[in-house]
Amino acid sequence: MSEEQIKSLENQFEARIARDEKIEPKDWMPEKYRQTHIRQMSQHAHSEIIGMLPEGNWITRAPSLRRKVALLAKVQDEGGHGLYLYSAAETLGISRDEMFEQLHTGKAKYSSIFNYPALTWADMGAIGWLVDGAAIINQVALCGTSYGPYARAMVRICKEESFHQRQGYEIMLKLSQGTQEQRDMAQDALNRFWWPALMMFGPKDEDSPHTAQSMKWKLKRKTNDDLRQQFIDQTVPQAELIGLTVPDPDLKWNEERQSYDFGEIDWDEFWQVVKGHGPCNKERMAARVNAWEGGAWVRDAAMAYAEKQQERKTKQVS
Amino acid sequence: MKAGIPLNETMKNNLYKYILGIADNSLILGQRMGELCGHGPSLETDIACTNLSLDLFGQVRSYYQYAAKIAGDDRTEDDIAMLRKERDYLNVLLVEQPNRDFAYVIGRQFLFDVYHHLFLMELQKSKDLTLAAIANKSIKEVSYHLRFSTDWVKRLGDGTEESHTRMQEAIDQLWTYTDELFHQTEADKEMVSEGIGVDVTKLKEEYYNKVAEVLAEATLQVPDLKYFQKGGKQGIHTEHLGYLLAELQYMQRAYPNMEW
Amino acid sequence: MSTKNWPLWEVFVRSKNGLEHRHFGSLHAADAEMALENARDVYTRRNEGVSIWVVESKHITASNPEHNGELFEPAQDKVYRHPTFYNLPDEIKHM
Repeated sequence: MSEEQIKSLENQFEARIARDEKIEPKDWMPEKYRQTHIRQMSQHAHSEIIGMLPEGNWITRAPSLRRKVALLAKVQDEGGHGLYLYSAAETLGISRDEMFEQLHTGKAKYSSIFNYPALTWADMGAIGWLVDGAAIINQVALCGTSYGPYARAMVRICKEESFHQRQGYEIMLKLSQGTQEQRDMAQDALNRFWWPALMMFGPKDEDSPHTAQSMKWKLKRKTNDDLRQQFIDQTVPQAELIGLTVPDPDLKWNEERQSYDFGEIDWDEFWQVVKGHGPCNKERMAARVNAWEGGAWVRDAAMAYAEKQQERKTKQVS
Repeated sequence: MKAGIPLNETMKNNLYKYILGIADNSLILGQRMGELCGHGPSLETDIACTNLSLDLFGQVRSYYQYAAKIAGDDRTEDDIAMLRKERDYLNVLLVEQPNRDFAYVIGRQFLFDVYHHLFLMELQKSKDLTLAAIANKSIKEVSYHLRFSTDWVKRLGDGTEESHTRMQEAIDQLWTYTDELFHQTEADKEMVSEGIGVDVTKLKEEYYNKVAEVLAEATLQVPDLKYFQKGGKQGIHTEHLGYLLAELQYMQRAYPNMEW
Repeated sequence: MSTKNWPLWEVFVRSKNGLEHRHFGSLHAADAEMALENARDVYTRRNEGVSIWVVESKHITASNPEHNGELFEPAQDKVYRHPTFYNLPDEIKHM
């Protein structure tokens, strides 16, 4: 294809997106669009399956049977959501195995929040309430993204995730109505997860080089800072309602903006964790690699069996 | 029990113990399967195993809620699940065996599912309408479990050389815990004579036939074993159970008398 | 490391009788049986289905969007295939 032809295709493509048309797998798309989508969708999928680990830790220790089944179902959903997203990414011509490979070799990133440890039961509350809360804000914005399979996966995920945040908030609510020890546990979890949750929206707009392109492709519908502000504004009253204190001395309602002002995020910590030096990066990766490599013989066996069955069928017919 | 028929103390105790004997199997196996969540050999398999765990915990809650009602004091399903001592758990030894590898997970599940399915088929006919109803609901879930584990026994048994070896080893190691499934406690016998309980001794032949059938299809050998382990039904467990309970009970023990 | 990866399958679910099977998504499985079981576990966890079809993705033949012009545009101006093309007297309310 000549450069001119490509330019023309690109123009048509941009026009389709501007008209809010969806892009489907076999449609022509600029290579950069494909690569950006593979990167973001696989990161998103990785975040879901790495996200299973901190909460998965507490399945065996959940304090009641009711909490146990809710947590199991939630962690299972995250596996399902990872699966939907990997499948959507596969429509762009990358296999799940390749994406795992990128994750396991550290080439692909995932949400840094999951590199923080889940230390107490209250962390199950904080993760559901804050981390899922932040994720939902991001994800709702993505339901209208331009790539069809991604948008459809997001719609499904948003629908299923609606119980996740409630599940977490209910845990916090119950703790806040409990003994002093339980209230302390809840406050401690909020203290540890508040700032990492704010970091989930990514760097400030001025430090986010991909934002402009992603907005144009509707891969992002709102900027990092807008989404972060939205999260803060909706979460602070929820904390107050259950008697918890948001650990930010600079947090203050701004009457003029009709929004909360808040303190400076520790961006050094953010980049440290992103670069692989968070408290649990190594453990999380080791757990995934173990599951994948330890499961290789199982996957091989299933393939071998399927092939034998196929041969047997063919023989019977002939 | 039909509503309104008063139970005498002995009957009550026996029924209570009988329910625990059934439910503890699901509790302990559910807990073992729950450990796997996030660590399965493929995402799809992970999700499937979690479903088994969720089914089992669902059954556990129905049984314990009923047991709590029979006990008639203020104990809850969670008290029963998490606040007993090691010797008071009545599950069979099979279900508490650890997840050594996926072949053990599948082997344990399969050897239990075949039994569980036969057992629930009979329990549906119980004179105790609550138990019959729980069995009736559970059997659909367990039919699926059996299908799932049977398929996987075949895949691993008749898959690669490595998977065959691993699956055979798992069956060989777990076989020693199968005979106990057909033992009866005193409470079991009482319940059988009341028309409430299932006479498990009558399930034994069909059990071993079915298991043998699947193993043959999976190109696996039926272990030639004459010595079997027992004790779970009397609360005498393998060393593995203590660790499992330590995790299961941790929150209730560390923070007693709180609501979650 | 695995020698061969589980192939990709497309999953179609009928959410209740009376409705058609709809494409729900895809998943990996070694064989058709496993694909069905996985589909049940992955896509009908919330009671979304009464029937499932699975088909290995490689067996699907898809039209090429580059041919959309010749495939689909000719149908756009065949307005006589639609009831609104035909004029009726106002007195006739339903036809």
